[in-house]
Order: sequence, then structure tokens, then C-alpha cells
Amino acid sequence: MPDQLLYAMEVTLNGLMAGVLYALVALGFVLIFKASGIFNYAQGVMALFAALTLVGIMDGQVPFAVLINAVFGTEIHNFGWEVPAILAIFLTLLVMCALAWCVQKFVMRHLVNQEPIILFMATIGLAYFLEGFGDLMWGADIKKLDVGLPQGLNDTIDQVTYGWFGYGFFIDNLDIFATVIAAILVIGLTIFSQYSKQGRALRAVADDHQAALSVGISLNYIWVLVWSIAGFVALVAGIMWGTKSGVQFSLSLIALKALPVLMLGGFTSIPGAIVGGLIIGVGEKLFEFLIGPMVGGATENWFAYVLALLFLVFRPQGLFGEKIIERV
Amino acid sequence: MKDSIDSHVTADGRTIGGVLMEMRDITLRFGGVVAIKGISFDIREGEIRAIIGPNGAGKSSMLNVISGFYHPQEGDVFFRGEKRPTMRPYEVARMGIARTFQNIALFEGMSVLDNIMTGRLTHMNSGILSQALWWGRAQKEETANREVIEKVIDFLEIQSIRKTPVGRLPYGLKKRVELGRALAAEPKLLLLDEPMAGMNVEEKEDMSRFILDVNDEFGTTIALIEHDMGVVMDLSDRVVVMDYGKKIGDGTPDEVRNNQQVIDAYLGVAHD
Ligand SMILES: Nc1ncnc2c1ncn2[C@@H]1O[C@H](COP(=O)(O)OP(=O)(O)O)[C@@H](O)[C@H]1O
Ligand SMILES: [Mg+2]
Repeated sequence: MPDQLLYAMEVTLNGLMAGVLYALVALGFVLIFKASGIFNYAQGVMALFAALTLVGIMDGQVPFAVLINAVFGTEIHNFGWEVPAILAIFLTLLVMCALAWCVQKFVMRHLVNQEPIILFMATIGLAYFLEGFGDLMWGADIKKLDVGLPQGLNDTIDQVTYGWFGYGFFIDNLDIFATVIAAILVIGLTIFSQYSKQGRALRAVADDHQAALSVGISLNYIWVLVWSIAGFVALVAGIMWGTKSGVQFSLSLIALKALPVLMLGGFTSIPGAIVGGLIIGVGEKLFEFLIGPMVGGATENWFAYVLALLFLVFRPQGLFGEKIIERV
Repeated sequence: MKDSIDSHVTADGRTIGGVLMEMRDITLRFGGVVAIKGISFDIREGEIRAIIGPNGAGKSSMLNVISGFYHPQEGDVFFRGEKRPTMRPYEVARMGIARTFQNIALFEGMSVLDNIMTGRLTHMNSGILSQALWWGRAQKEETANREVIEKVIDFLEIQSIRKTPVGRLPYGLKKRVELGRALAAEPKLLLLDEPMAGMNVEEKEDMSRFILDVNDEFGTTIALIEHDMGVVMDLSDRVVVMDYGKKIGDGTPDEVRNNQQVIDAYLGVAHD
């Protein structure tokens, strides 16, 4: 087999796995958008905040240490214990649920029936608040996150592909793991939304608020629920990205990549978020590999956005989104 | 004047019980617009109670007050003799009060079956865990809910469209599905806002029959808004007449028909 083709295959595989992470972030957007019509700009920062909180809890960091020390003149930073990863993940999940409750109680609840642009602005505010709040709570330095996920070259794939093609594919264990987790998450969410009482209520709220109220669904409860689920998805994304490239501010920028993913997949479709993520992931890696050298490289920075732009022009509802019907 | 008897049997053999719901001196304003002006009336257990009146009279507003969508500035709502605190619509629904909307509010993206299923949400009590593990209770609940849903579907004769997405149905059938969703809740009180508006004669006859049968077979108390005088006279036990937010008549269809104020309102005699 020609080398070029083998490289391309390896690039495609790596792209698929990067795409899974994009999809994971996009999923958080879709959930909230479907249920409440809110485009949650803060989704990326939520992933950052979740990762920060997870690291902080695992390392036994004292939250708001800087603030406490400044006010009381103390010098405390650390509880001096370490929390096992599983327990820390669970505690972080509780924090994300509390965050969801606060967002609903103090922000969104007061903006019911406002224009989408107002809700969007509110989430921009939320993003900046959360960014500062995360810094204040856990400090602004770059942190290493290690919850014990497998990392590094997958030997099995390397050897098997070497045996087949005489060329070993370099696939990261973490990417494989992220793919499996994302798949489980998507299947779980689909089952939840199709078959559980809460899932049915969630779909009902996404479809028609008035009707949902009339069958006894509390909108507030459902919105806290979707923000909690979005927080959970953010946590999973935060763990994957944080493990890969450290917990730092740039982590919140991955949310920007979710935007083209959503334009491709449609803002209201869970399968759309997945497929959109995969297409962007593979597309940008392959494009960089094939066309990049001809145009001087660095195409990964803009490829996704140009692709999204083309979609906006030719298929604004995305691949899977519900058709946008103009009412006259 | 109120009846001194607490319950009686109608000419067609249905039992009308005590007061289920009472509205006392309700006033509702939207900014400068007074939609309801100091109205009182009651709804008795087992009866079909109609609210009629010209467009903009405040009928829908009244239904919205009962179902918790609107909160009156003055007056109280009594349920089984007890003053009801201010309630959100979903709380009212959980009390056993189901409703339909004048402009139809269905889940357009879901099938007929799924829509009717949402009507059962108030009857689903098992927790997330037992649902996930399909434990005894969740399973038993699901079976019971299925039974009610099938009964409703049979009753409304919509077996053939059960899998159809509601968005694709014609208007008349949508109204029927919306009724089905309300019935699935097995409500104590059923509120219908213009259930026959925009229907042809045949559809109206079907709907009238369903309303009468629900009341007769399940003993469900029904409060309905209707424009068409003729339909109201055939269906209801008692009628409240509203005009410009005020109550101008209250009584049996015959009493109301002969009320001069009501005749004036319906013939469009000039107001000052
Ligand atoms: N949500 C609302 N906001 C402002 N005004 C309203 C609202 N709902 C009803 N109204 C006003 O209250 C009055 C009564 O309306 P409505 O109850 O819909 O009458 P009906 O159902 O008898 O036709 C009308 O003047 C209407 O414009
Ligand atoms: Mg009306």
C-alpha cells in the first residue's frame, strides 16, 4: 500500500477521535438549546470550571484560598489530603448540579420569555463570571489533570497495523478512551430522553412550554435538569481535554470549535452534534494533510469555520436540524 | 340564589354533586385592560358547565385563572371548599385539573401516542433509579399507564393515527388529540377552551358526543368555553355568560336563553 494512503488513514483515525471531543462539547450546547432555546456561550467555560474544580478537589486545594488569605491574613493553601479520582469526580458533579441550580435560580428564571439574543447575552455574562469565579476559587495557574486515564501510544494498534501494512499507526490511548466514553454518553442520553419520565418531560418542554405546563411539568425543574446534564457533559469534556493538554484557560476556547460543529449538525440534533463533530475533526486533519502543504499550512485554524460558512449558505438548518419553516 | 340541596340527579340520570370549584369576586387586569371584573360562580361535581360570551369577553382569561396560567389581582379560588393558594400551572395540573387551549398547544414534533403519553406524566411516580433498572414498581406503573392510554385512544377513535407526528394532522384531529392528552390524565376537572372552534358540522357532532360521553361514562366534571349558542344549549347543565369582563347571566340553558341582557349582548346591542 502506498505510504501516502497509510498516512491519510492514520490522519483520518486521529481526526475521528479529535472529532469525538468536539462532539462532546457540542452535545452540551444542543441539550440546553433544545430544552430552552438558549444558546449557551458559557458551555466551554463550564468545561474549564469543571476541570478546575476536579483538580482542586483531587489535590486537596482550599477553595478561595487567595481570598481567605487576603481577608484574614492567613497562609492556607492546601488541606494536605488527596481525594481519590472517583470520589472527586462525584463531588465535582455535585458542584456542577449546584451551579445549574444557581444559574436557573439567579439568572435564567428572571429572563423567561425574553428574546433569544437577551438570553444569549446572559450566557456571555455567565461565561465571564464563571471564568473569574473559577480563578478566584482555584487560582489561575496551569494545572495538570491526571485521573488515571490511559495515555500514550496504543501498542496493540501499533503492532497490528505494522503487521498488516508494515507501518504502525500512532493512536493515543486517551483518544480511544474518549471515544468509548462519548459513545456511552450519547447512547445513555438517548435512552434517557426516549424512555424515562424526565426524558419525556424534557422533550415536551423542548417542544412547547404551554403544553408542557398543562400536563404538570415544572419548567424550572426541567431547566435545572438540563443545565445539570450540560454540566455533566462539560465535566466529561473537561476531563478529556484537561488530561490531554492541561487545565488552563485555552480549554474554554474549545467551545468555539463547537460552533461550526453545531452549524453542520444542526442546533437541535444530538446525532447531528456527533456526526458534525466527526466531520469537522476528520475534515480539518485531512485538509491539513492534503491541502495544507500547498497553502503554507495552519489550515486547522480556519477550516472548520469556512466549512460552517458553506453550510450556512447552502443548508442553514444543518445536516440533521429541523427544517426552519417561515411562518407567514 | 343557591340550591339548598347538595346533590341531585339530572333528567338523564347523571348525579350532580356538591361544589367542586368556586370562583369568588375574581378581578384580572392586564395593565389598563380589565379582562375580568369581579366575577363569582361555581362548578359542581359531575356537571358540564359552560362559559359563553362574545369575543374578548374574558372567557379564556377565566379558564387561565382556574388553571393557574393567570393570577387574578383580586378574588379567590376555592377547591372543594378550601381556599387555593396561588399556584403555578403545573401544580394545578398535578391537582387533577387538565385543559385544552383555544389555539391548540400540542407537542408538534411527537407522535399522537407520545403526546397522549405526556398526559400521564402526573401519574408517573417511580424514581430515576427504578426506571433505569426497570424495577417492579416502574414496570407496574408503565403497564397501568399503557392501559389508560389505549382506552383513551379507543374512546376517541384515533387508532389509525397513533404513530403519526401531530404536526401533520389536520386541525380537527389535532383538537381531538389535545382532548386525548387531557383525558389521559384522568382529571377530576376538565377545562376545554373552544373545543369546537373552526370545525365542520360533522367534526362538531363528534366532539359533542365525546364531551357528553366523557362526562357520562367517567363522571368527569367539565367546564367548557363555546361560541356557538346552539351547541352550548345542547351540552351544558349550567351556563355562565360573560360580556366585557362582567358576568351578565348564570343559570340553566333555558334561563340564560330568556335573559334580556344576554339576548342584547348576543344581538350586538350597543354598549355605552
Ligand atoms: N396575556 C394577555 N395580555 C394582555 N391582555 C390580555 C391577555 N390575555 C387576554 N387579554 C385581554 O383580555 C381580554 C379578554 O380576552 P380573552 O380572555 O381572551 O377573551 P375571550 O376568550 O372571551 O375571547 C381581551 O381584551 C384581551 O386582549
Ligand atoms: Mg378565548
